[in-house]
Amino acid sequence: MHILYQIFVDPFMQMVHAPDLLMQTLWDGLVGGVLYSLIALGFVLIFKASGVFNFAQGIMVVFAALTLVGLHEHGIPAFVALGLTVLVMLVLAFAVERLMLRPLVNQSEIILFMATFGLTYFLIGFGQLVFGGNPKVMIAQDLYLPSGAIEWKGNFGFVSLQKIDIAAVIIASIMVAVLAVFFQRTRIGRALRAVADSHQAALSVGISLEQIWVIVWFAAGVVALTTGIMWGARSEVSFSLQIIALKALPVLILGGFTSIPGAIVGGLIIGIGEKLGEFYWGPLLGGGIENWLAYVIALGFLVFRPQGLFGEKIIERI
Amino acid sequence: MLYREVGQYKSNYAADMAVFPILQDRIGIIVILLIAYVVFPLIGNNFLLNTILIPFLIFSLAAIGLNLLTGYTGLLSLGTGAFMGVGAYACLKLTTIFPHVNILVWILVSGFFSSAIGVLFGLPSLRIKGFYLAVATLAAQFFLEWCFIRIPWLYNNSVSGAIEVPLRTFIGIPITGPTATSTTRYFAVLTIVVLMTWVASNIVHGRIGRMWMSVRDMDLAAELIGIRLFRAKLLAFAVSSFYCGVAGAMMVFLWYGGAEAEVFAIDQSFLVLFMVIIGGLGTLIGSFFGSALIYILPIGLRLIPANFGVPIRPAAAEQLTFVIVGALIIVFLVVEPNGLARLWQIGKQKLRVWPFPY
Repeated sequence: MHILYQIFVDPFMQMVHAPDLLMQTLWDGLVGGVLYSLIALGFVLIFKASGVFNFAQGIMVVFAALTLVGLHEHGIPAFVALGLTVLVMLVLAFAVERLMLRPLVNQSEIILFMATFGLTYFLIGFGQLVFGGNPKVMIAQDLYLPSGAIEWKGNFGFVSLQKIDIAAVIIASIMVAVLAVFFQRTRIGRALRAVADSHQAALSVGISLEQIWVIVWFAAGVVALTTGIMWGARSEVSFSLQIIALKALPVLILGGFTSIPGAIVGGLIIGIGEKLGEFYWGPLLGGGIENWLAYVIALGFLVFRPQGLFGEKIIERI
Repeated sequence: MLYREVGQYKSNYAADMAVFPILQDRIGIIVILLIAYVVFPLIGNNFLLNTILIPFLIFSLAAIGLNLLTGYTGLLSLGTGAFMGVGAYACLKLTTIFPHVNILVWILVSGFFSSAIGVLFGLPSLRIKGFYLAVATLAAQFFLEWCFIRIPWLYNNSVSGAIEVPLRTFIGIPITGPTATSTTRYFAVLTIVVLMTWVASNIVHGRIGRMWMSVRDMDLAAELIGIRLFRAKLLAFAVSSFYCGVAGAMMVFLWYGGAEAEVFAIDQSFLVLFMVIIGGLGTLIGSFFGSALIYILPIGLRLIPANFGVPIRPAAAEQLTFVIVGALIIVFLVVEPNGLARLWQIGKQKLRVWPFPY
């Protein structure tokens, strides 16, 4: 009885009695979720356009942030370094397309997946070789990102909001909006959607797959850079980010591999769910459940909807 | 020239079904076993046995395990590291509770515990496919890893939180623990790996193997011709986890001699997956090739600068290894997406007709 009480009643009692703590947990979860969403967004962009499950998205986040900080350390002004980093991501997109995707075209999914593993290893080694493996501090001030916290007082108590978190949420929303407009309104966006629908049909109406792939990998690179800046400003730029980036995977299965709204909603569900779980139910199990809770939540959803919340319905034919 | 089956007629069904139908293959396998059992222990120093051969064999076994699941049944799993961990921890508990039973028995039995856990986490595979399943197996990976750290009973409440391998003997010779020599451990590992590879080869060549392969090629069609997917998939998870569990138990008891939960982290899962794919999906020999390449290549790369007197910082050498291995993975996939086993097959085919082009 006691254990049932602790699982089903006590956490909710706590939530009601201390609404400010609940709000704080929800906010923390929301911010974490936004960052998961951003990584998942990079995955979805690439998966939609090229059918590649890009394992390297996590390391691309680290690599982009590292390039930015590393260039700044060499005395390049912050915004010039930002521009150069974008250029580096463009070069990376070209290189990936030319050296990896093009020779491997029409191979099975798992082979392409494996190739992105190779890319991950390559970027880990290359990033460390060029910029060093030590954790670095993100150049938040030089990029005019706010720091410090504001306290939001309501009739339930007060919640402390980090300014960088607010900035992260706003920038993420802007980026999603820009991407949405880009996909819906521009010529390239239409081409991207065509490729996502069917490679062959897109080819037959004269869309260049190679070009689209470069654009998509570049877009994913820019998303990675933004994520890297935000995440780096919250903690630091280090290779341990890459493990956290694995959290984007349950977000993906929750949202479906092909849905951008799915990536965002999934990210928020996972972010908030794991913070709530850790805070209210974690102590029952001895803590640290944050590491696997996300996967179990996703697994639970999957059993009922095998294609994710927003994924396209899977139709199988013989 | 070297390699031709001319004149070797199969006159009964047993010969037709033999694993090595060609005489040269049989000679080859005997030579390999002789080298493994006689030559290596004679000429091998501690470094060769302990740093190269034992890990190579253990990783090969893990790769065979994953290959049965991913290569033969088409179910992608990223939980290999955790299933290896289950084997290791089960073996530790078993030998602690029943210290008088031979440790080799427990190493094999611990595979069954891994099997049970594998089946449990394999249940979602009935509804989920492809990469969705891969992420689902990540749940197993992270949950089990958390268990290995948070449940002190599993590592006998030791202060360090690590597995401490006790001394166990077999007919008076220490096999595990600090006093066991690398030669005895090598023989133990080699024997287990050879036996289990032989069993695996029989499984995949028989009815079960064909059942798995039909599920891999198209599970819907397989169901229509009367294969029970439920059984086939869960059996694949069970057998695969068994192999991984035994590999994990051997890894801790016969190689490391003590390990923390980090050994069974997600990196280990990825490493084994590398081996399977680089070696060749759906081939047993590929598991050995993949294990050799992925495990031994970095060691070789680290030795090269030291032996040629190139001054390089150890950290830089490590990073360079990452770059080279990453690039090589891509190069290998571009050159031969079907893995090293396919290259081997092509090589054999070429040898058959040599010196003629075709």
